[in-house]
Amino acid sequence: MTHPARVEVRGWGWRHASRNAWAVRGVDLTIAPGERVLLLGASGAGKSTLLHGLAGVLGGADEGEVEGEILLDGARAADQRGRAGLVLQDPDSQVILARVGDDVAFGCENLGVPRDQIWPRVEMALGAVGLDVPRDRPTKALSGGQKQRLALAGVVAMQPGLVLLDEPTANLDPGGVEEVRDAVAAMLQAHPATLVVIEHRVDVWLPLVDRVIVLGGHDAAGVVADGTPAEVLGSLGDSLAQAGVWVPGHPPVEPAPPVAESGQTLLTTRGLAVQRVAGHPVATGLDLDVRAGEVLAVTGPNGAGKSTLGLTLAGLLPPAAEEVVAEEVLADGAGPHPIRWSSRDLLTRIGTVFQDPEHQFLARTVRDELEIGPKALGLAEEETRSIVDDLLERMRLTRLAAANPYTLSGGEKRRLTVASMLATAPRVLILDEPTFGQDAVTWSRLIGLLADLRDAGSAVVIVTHDLDAVRALHAREVRLGGDR
Amino acid sequence: MTLLDGQARTGTVARINPVAKLAASGLVAIPLVFTLDWVSAAVALVLECLLIPFAGLRWGEFWRRTWPVWLAAPLTAVTIALYGEAGGRVYVEWLLIRVSDGSLELAAATLLRVLAVALPSVVLFITVDPTDLADGLAQIVRLPARFVLGALAGLRMIGLFVDDWRSLELARRARGVADRGRLRRFAGMAFALLVLSIRRGSKLATAMEARGFGAPGRRTWARASTFGAREWVLVGIGAGIAGVAIVAAVLAGTWNFILGPS
Repeated sequence: MTHPARVEVRGWGWRHASRNAWAVRGVDLTIAPGERVLLLGASGAGKSTLLHGLAGVLGGADEGEVEGEILLDGARAADQRGRAGLVLQDPDSQVILARVGDDVAFGCENLGVPRDQIWPRVEMALGAVGLDVPRDRPTKALSGGQKQRLALAGVVAMQPGLVLLDEPTANLDPGGVEEVRDAVAAMLQAHPATLVVIEHRVDVWLPLVDRVIVLGGHDAAGVVADGTPAEVLGSLGDSLAQAGVWVPGHPPVEPAPPVAESGQTLLTTRGLAVQRVAGHPVATGLDLDVRAGEVLAVTGPNGAGKSTLGLTLAGLLPPAAEEVVAEEVLADGAGPHPIRWSSRDLLTRIGTVFQDPEHQFLARTVRDELEIGPKALGLAEEETRSIVDDLLERMRLTRLAAANPYTLSGGEKRRLTVASMLATAPRVLILDEPTFGQDAVTWSRLIGLLADLRDAGSAVVIVTHDLDAVRALHAREVRLGGDR
Repeated sequence: MTLLDGQARTGTVARINPVAKLAASGLVAIPLVFTLDWVSAAVALVLECLLIPFAGLRWGEFWRRTWPVWLAAPLTAVTIALYGEAGGRVYVEWLLIRVSDGSLELAAATLLRVLAVALPSVVLFITVDPTDLADGLAQIVRLPARFVLGALAGLRMIGLFVDDWRSLELARRARGVADRGRLRRFAGMAFALLVLSIRRGSKLATAMEARGFGAPGRRTWARASTFGAREWVLVGIGAGIAGVAIVAAVLAGTWNFILGPS
């Protein structure tokens, strides 16, 4: 078994080849072997870049420019593949092979571990992260939390001296978050290593870390705070919270309760069954009413059919049984079944914000993106312009009007997709996991915006795991059961 | 297809190294691709039909997997019967259509040939696991590991692309642009899918690098890919079918090598 690594970062910086500004610059720090560090900072402070640098996967001179150096046990990090292991945010894009055992073995193979040592290591690693599934289980059958534990097992099997976690739980439901955190704790017991973790949700990792380092970002380069969790969060708690970090004891601002009772019913379902693939209903017997001036929250475990229900209510997926019925006040002559409405009819009636904003982008600039709905309705140019200007202002996107949607940050992308739906003022707005992976500032703004819509008389439906959002919006909760 | 669903299978044929299956189907196909007569194809097909019951497939699965072949073969044959090179007696003539002795014979030969080439390939590849194929290609054929593993990891992402495509479709309906301009919308979705797949690809590449992929030094393989008696038997069967088919065609005087003098 190897020993925990010592990390030295000296005057380090990185500039991506296609950008003018440095992603991160002037970082100096030393991490002793076996220390467990939580790395914080506003989004865009270069936390991820530093972590990739520590892992030695930033690439060569054609990828970007580097200054200073990063040393693991006194030697350059980039020359020591396998000394550091990295787990990334997205569970789907880091599963490499089709079977669980093969995926865990992948790192060992690359490092040239002899075959007779690989399989014992695989068993040890799966045990260390508590992933108790057969070695030939297909990786695509795993849940999000299991996939993250699989990635962790792949890292553990390499027996690294440094374990790096880049927002490992940002894409997981609450159960998955704890599952992965506990797996990391168990892993460190079985295999002592130096740990560096990035995560917006501080409370999740506090029990595990003994040091907090804060990166400054654009105006204050390098490390701006460094110490025990109590010291750093005590002195910088406020400013970290303002920068979007979820700091315990500094809850984000929440909107006021609804101003009025909920209004008319707009959509109803009785005995509805929903499906994505014909013949495979994922939820059945659903009786729902979607009312104006109210937030309806659809919650429940992964695989319960929440997103499918959202898309069915939105008139995008045909029901498996029974119907989604639109009352005449919403249908306005288009007929009682949203799934039979034209795409253009949907615009003013039901808007949908997808979980992945990139699925929704159609245009080259933020302004063009917002103009698509009004143009499809055939509004006059002047009217379109004033709607779009107003939305840009309200969503704080004005300075990004000419930017390409794909280049925005996660929070900005989310605001843009919401804005593009609001451009045609639908009576019902359906959002799939709107607060997923968002920092505290974006969270607060989104919740405020949804509360405004609710109070203005729209019906809002959110499909979510985020119980804080359900509470802050005073939403009526519908919980789907379903077994995983 | 099987290459995508990645189920583990059992049975004698399933355990044979995929490289041997690739070689055997290649050996059967090569002579049939290079001649245009019906005797060689018929002989090969008869021999294959005698062996298919031993491939370890249930009949239901056999028909489910091979129906496209059964559909494509007659369609190709009809086309050739109608438009193929005429010769001998002409039965029907109408515009470009000319059905003759020559085109009918060619049609029959084509029908048999499509079946004789496609059936064994489909039957053998139903039981191929892509991971095992990659192991074989890297360890036995000695293709570069970077190439083989990159392709293998990429293959796993096809399922994600299918989901992406569906979401793109629904999102366009939600954005109010799905009522007309189908062709343009299709092009836009294809572009969006390209962007998404490049992003996914680069994330996957980072994840692979983070696990030491491309590290200097010799890579080891967790799963041994072996090529033994079982594999040689299968390759021998492939070569045997090809040999018998060629000899039969030459003896019958129908052998006509497309690259040789006609």
